[in-house]
Amino acid sequence: MSIDVVLETEGLNRSFGALRVTQNVSFRLPRGARYALIGPNGAGKSTFINLLTGVLAPSSGRIRLEGEDVTRAPAQERVRRGLARTFQINTLFPSLSPLEATTLAIAQRHGLCVNPFRRLSGCHAEIDEATELLNRFDFGADAERATHQLAYGRQRLLEIVLALAARPRVLLLDEPAAGVPQHESAEIFGALAALPSDVAVLFIEHDMDVVFRFAERITVLVAGQILCEGTPEEIADHPQVREVYLGDGEDV
Amino acid sequence: MVAVPAPEATHSARALFVRRAAWRWEEIAFWICAALSYFIFPGHLVLLTQAMITGLFVVSLDIMFGYAGIPSFGHAAFFGIGAYTAGILARDWWGDPLLGLVAGALVAGLAGAICSQLVARLHGIAMLMVTLGIGLICYEIANKWNSLTGGDDGLQGMQITPLLGLFTFDIDGRVGFIYSFIVIFVLYLLARRLVNSPFGLALKGIRENVRRVPALGIGVRVQLAMAFTISAAMAGVAGALLAETTQYIALEVLGFDRSISVQIALVLGGIGSLIGGMIGAVVYTVLRDQLSLINPAYWDFWVGLVLVIIVMSGTGGVTGILRRSVDWVIARVKR
Repeated sequence: MSIDVVLETEGLNRSFGALRVTQNVSFRLPRGARYALIGPNGAGKSTFINLLTGVLAPSSGRIRLEGEDVTRAPAQERVRRGLARTFQINTLFPSLSPLEATTLAIAQRHGLCVNPFRRLSGCHAEIDEATELLNRFDFGADAERATHQLAYGRQRLLEIVLALAARPRVLLLDEPAAGVPQHESAEIFGALAALPSDVAVLFIEHDMDVVFRFAERITVLVAGQILCEGTPEEIADHPQVREVYLGDGEDV
Repeated sequence: MVAVPAPEATHSARALFVRRAAWRWEEIAFWICAALSYFIFPGHLVLLTQAMITGLFVVSLDIMFGYAGIPSFGHAAFFGIGAYTAGILARDWWGDPLLGLVAGALVAGLAGAICSQLVARLHGIAMLMVTLGIGLICYEIANKWNSLTGGDDGLQGMQITPLLGLFTFDIDGRVGFIYSFIVIFVLYLLARRLVNSPFGLALKGIRENVRRVPALGIGVRVQLAMAFTISAAMAGVAGALLAETTQYIALEVLGFDRSISVQIALVLGGIGSLIGGMIGAVVYTVLRDQLSLINPAYWDFWVGLVLVIIVMSGTGGVTGILRRSVDWVIARVKR
């Protein structure tokens, strides 16, 4: 029986001039999986994410989402087909409230964003869904405040909410807990644990705490290439991984 | 299993959007004053009509700049295209004013749709420069194409027929005022609807963070192309109104000067509120008119000074200052 793969790359390459930042990366993410992609700084994690989401075009190789080739599809098209992401550095709408931003994402999913004649205040289905989603993440009164007024941890959480509002099949989380102070991290970890089980999640992480807590399998990327793949235990014991990644000061 | 939000949360959330779209007192006050000005200043109807037309033009820019965050130094191109379309139509074919408006909107909108394909690919200063270039190109085409536009002498000989076959445009500008007022008010309502729609929210999203928008599944180029087209069509209506009410088109309708003054008027009135555009246009038109009486040569000095003072005094332009003053007074009275 073959595994139900939701996202797949095949021989993905990307060069910037003579510099090959992604080399022959073939990667498969099964439906509902919890995988992590780790690697030292400059390993090409960000480039890989940008290739997957359509911010960058690969020099060669294929990307398949739900079995369909999306290698040349623009970023927004991939989101519509079920590939959502969060950003390592908060990429939000500072003066909009979380409620407005989430409603916008849901309105888009319902095909309303090209309609200049529809009253937003009459979009009850979208507003209610946004409220429900934000409530699930305990936004409370913060849902109606301007995003830039929110605590940093709340903004990290909104990154996840906005991605989920697109009802993804695949969720790419780019260092979801990056920069979150200790006292706010429980909230983020709670949210990560509560992600819908039918959504495949790929953590792109630096923080080993997150990786070992949530990931079933780990892919190690070094110098643009996949060094090895395996369960957290296998990766922790892998001699080369210890050398190139965990060896340089990271505490496992 | 989907958790059902508490009814009060849903109610509060829905109320937020109702509140955002609600008429603000400065909007109501503006439109009442605009209507009353017909009776209060019967000797200045021509100037008032021009101020309102400029207002519509500024509102069209506000949709682009204030909501979508796209600056333009060439918006007069669409105003001018609308004016010349209505003017040439009235000179050579039909003088029906409503037909002229529709034609002005269509041709300017088409021009906007074409230009949007260039502009929507760019960001920031590059956008600004391309709009500037488009403005200059249109100006020189109209300048050179003498047989069609009248070139430097302006377009004359328009035969505007009575409005609805009933109301002849009079020399005092009464019909022109009422006609413009109704058209501009209707378009203002449409603009209001647009900025309070999901489409308008997407434009704000683009203004706030253009990188995030595709990650929600929204195509930035499609949204901007639509906004640009609608904005250009609206500017075209403003141009057509000016041509029809003055029955003459000066080449300067397409000029760089007009593109700049519409930006100034928007900043004066307050960006991103629509009514700020209308108020800014009136302030700018009256200011210009009065200052040029006081000092015909150096009045731009005063316009510049007022601009600097208004910008330095905080966000929201004249409308913002007005709002803060009223809030301050209300707070005082309550205490």
